[in-house]
Amino acid sequence: MTTNTTTDLTKSPSAGTSPLIPLPPALARATTVLGSAVALAGTFLAWTWTEEFPGNLTVTGYPGGLQILTLIGSALTLLFALSGYGIRGLGWLTPGGTNSPVLLLALGVLGTTGYAMGAISDELGGLVNLEPGAWVSGIGALIATIGALGLPYDQPYDAADPTPDLWGKIRKFGGKARHALSAPEPGRAKELPAWAEILIIAAGFGAGLYVFAYGIGTEYSELFIGFLIIAGFGFTAVNRAGLLKRLSALTAKHRNVTLAAAFAAAICFPFTQSNDQFALIGANILIFATVALGLNVVVGLAGLLDLGYVAFLGVGAYAAALVSGSPQSTIGVHFPFWAAVLTGAAASLIFGVVIGAPTLRLRGDYLAIVTLGFGEIFRITMNNLNGNSGPDVTNGSNGIPNIPDLEIFGFNLGVPHDVLGTELTRSGNYYLLMLLFTAIVVMVFRRSAESRIGRAWVAIREDETAATAMGINGFRLKLLAFALGASLAGLAGTVQSHVSYSVTPEQYQFAGSVPPNSAFLLAAVILGGMGTISGPLIGAALLYLIPAKLQFMAEYQLLLFGFALMLLMRFRPEGLVADRRKQLEFHETGQLDVPEGTALPDGATGVAKAGA
Amino acid sequence: MTTTITSTVLDATGVTMRFGGLTAVRSVDLTVNSGEIVGLIGPNGAGKTTFFNCLTGLYVPTDGKVTYKGTVLPPKPHLVTQAGIARTFQNIRLFANMTVLENVLVGRHTRTKEGLWSALLRLPSFSKAEAASRERAMELLEFIGLAAKADHLARNLPYGEQRKLEIARALASEPGLLLLDEPTAGMNPQETRATEELVFAIRDKGIAVLVIEHDIRFIMNLCDRVAVLVQGEKIVEGPAEVVQADERVIAAYLGTPFDGAPGSEEAAEVEAAEAHSTTSSEGDDQ
Ligand SMILES: Nc1ncnc2c1ncn2[C@@H]1O[C@H](COP(=O)(O)OP(=O)(O)O)[C@@H](O)[C@H]1O
Ligand SMILES: [Mg+2]
Repeated sequence: MTTNTTTDLTKSPSAGTSPLIPLPPALARATTVLGSAVALAGTFLAWTWTEEFPGNLTVTGYPGGLQILTLIGSALTLLFALSGYGIRGLGWLTPGGTNSPVLLLALGVLGTTGYAMGAISDELGGLVNLEPGAWVSGIGALIATIGALGLPYDQPYDAADPTPDLWGKIRKFGGKARHALSAPEPGRAKELPAWAEILIIAAGFGAGLYVFAYGIGTEYSELFIGFLIIAGFGFTAVNRAGLLKRLSALTAKHRNVTLAAAFAAAICFPFTQSNDQFALIGANILIFATVALGLNVVVGLAGLLDLGYVAFLGVGAYAAALVSGSPQSTIGVHFPFWAAVLTGAAASLIFGVVIGAPTLRLRGDYLAIVTLGFGEIFRITMNNLNGNSGPDVTNGSNGIPNIPDLEIFGFNLGVPHDVLGTELTRSGNYYLLMLLFTAIVVMVFRRSAESRIGRAWVAIREDETAATAMGINGFRLKLLAFALGASLAGLAGTVQSHVSYSVTPEQYQFAGSVPPNSAFLLAAVILGGMGTISGPLIGAALLYLIPAKLQFMAEYQLLLFGFALMLLMRFRPEGLVADRRKQLEFHETGQLDVPEGTALPDGATGVAKAGA
Repeated sequence: MTTTITSTVLDATGVTMRFGGLTAVRSVDLTVNSGEIVGLIGPNGAGKTTFFNCLTGLYVPTDGKVTYKGTVLPPKPHLVTQAGIARTFQNIRLFANMTVLENVLVGRHTRTKEGLWSALLRLPSFSKAEAASRERAMELLEFIGLAAKADHLARNLPYGEQRKLEIARALASEPGLLLLDEPTAGMNPQETRATEELVFAIRDKGIAVLVIEHDIRFIMNLCDRVAVLVQGEKIVEGPAEVVQADERVIAAYLGTPFDGAPGSEEAAEVEAAEAHSTTSSEGDDQ
């Protein structure tokens, strides 16, 4: 393990590391430990007197609902704070920062507990509805936060002397606060045997699956908000502690194992959900994520801004619906599923080429505007092919309803099945089918990115003129990216039409309230991290889940969404998951971390654009 | 690829490029033979870069014909590269966010065939071709001395190494003719001498070189033949010593009135350039 100078408790805070609240380090740490222990204890007491507040927080000795979040958060705070004492066996928790994760976790606990107290008093009408347990936890969290604010910084702080006026003071405070949350990079990890590393990866994905499934399974919006607060702070804390860096170093080393672990975790998901509604959310997230990953070929690799991408999903879905055997289909044929999939992908491919061939000769902004137009034209055309204003193909705004459930090898996806003693619901079936398509798209993305074609795409994105001077046929390769992206979306569309029973033109808008629309797809790619595999998947999951869980905020959804994007672009322009190049591009941190002893085997050098 | 000493690699005849009313290149003839290093000099704004752009298909010349080893070149950059002409740019145009190795691999685009299907199916031929490409790219990085930095991002290289990497990327397309646009601009004297060595080594590989340069010592040391471009017209061509002594060239560089008088500030600029400190030039050089 790395030695970390700031864990030295005997050292008095020097001017360089003097924290926001100047406390002796030993006292600060003791306060943090005490505070988080108190907060933890409080979760075992009743927080309110009535079960009217969801989650039943009235039982003493048995935490429920939001209490569990506070419980987990304060337990983690306690662990990380104890790790700062240098207790044997806890050191692995903090290879990077030691104190900033504690502060972040303490803030998370304070946030969740504070939110819970606020929600209880708000919904039940006044502070009187709070039982002592809530106060115990709240005050404990506050004490822990104060203590954590007194812990020395993880990195020495040398700020330029600010101006003495008020603005200067605010700036100084802001700088210090930001610094208190920053942490040094973890050092190189100790070599572990391969099986242990693989076990760690598996544990990492297991934990990820658990957190994700918990988020999807939250039954009421209060719990989801509390979850978001603690998960957001906890995630950042784990990152600051250097654990994510360690994990991603391992995943980069065992990439195939990582992919396998990720898919194993994803396969487990429907078995953790007995409620069909949550499995449906999972299936919809997968559809959204898969389409976002397809868009990432176009935007992230080739650098083509496509604002009408959802139309390709629509083409695939309509094509599949027309050949699905739905009684309302104007064609009235019933293809087997594999043929429907090929039909959908081929239709999207053709549509992509037809749109791409004239527009891809344009550069930059023009392309964006033309694709935006084409996306809308698709929707309007689907509306008009109704027999009135055009030939009857799509039933206009009624769409094609009653799409029958799929039957693959005699396995009817429309009815629940018993698998190994757990029930797999209809949505669970479709989730697993969609997961297969996600796997295909992940493979297509990864393999094409790491090839001559993928390099040519990135070269075009970087500098099209130089790329053509290197012998790349810019137009042809852009068309290839566009067509590939379109057919991937078409693939997803064929499943989507069956999952949602019907296709209507209004599902395929530029911006709308239900996520797979062009604006949200692009946002998922940018939020998650352009050019990576995991980025769009995570981005899509968040963008789907948050609006779905917080329906009471539906009116403000776009406003909040815009605000969140602005914040993200300001503080993390490379997205949640950074392509290792992007990280260097936006934060001038200098050289790429070159692996020790550059004498790697030939096949292993270089290309890793597909991210974690 | 190497043929007899006298075979013509590049033959440009009557190349003319007009931008609206401005004639940037006026009926220029130039040949480059195999095994030759030919210099192209002239004051800033003379049309040298524009001439390069006409040769490589980035501009479609208003008039004139360019042949490479006897075949007429279509004005499409990727086809020109395919045919065997590679180039560098006056203001470096690397793929900044790709690694050094990836930059060179992109240069190999025309010399490899693997399409999308081959990449998706990962056929044995794919891995073989990929491994061969990497090996070739590493050889080139070895050749220019950047092998140790193969995994660095191109944008993080120091200026001189970026110029070298651009040359390696161009060489990756296995050209028969290399066009270098001010390869030593912004370099210190040691780096300039190193680049000279590099250009010699490239010539020794059997690649003809056409180079735009301001550093007069570089031209004297390197070039078998020098052509002088002034205001879009080729005024002299010949061995370096002869050209250096030619009064029309001296007049063009020193700003004495000549056939339409380059402005005084241009002369000052050229003087500065001769002290080999030219870093950039006006206009959108491609
Ligand atoms: N794309 C263009 N459009 C208009 N004028 C151009 C263009 N490219 C170059 N020129 C003009 O052509 C002339 C020659 O430029 P250039 O070839 O860059 O000179 P050099 O490389 O010899 O310094 C300049 O006057 C320049 O402004
Ligand atoms: Mg120039």
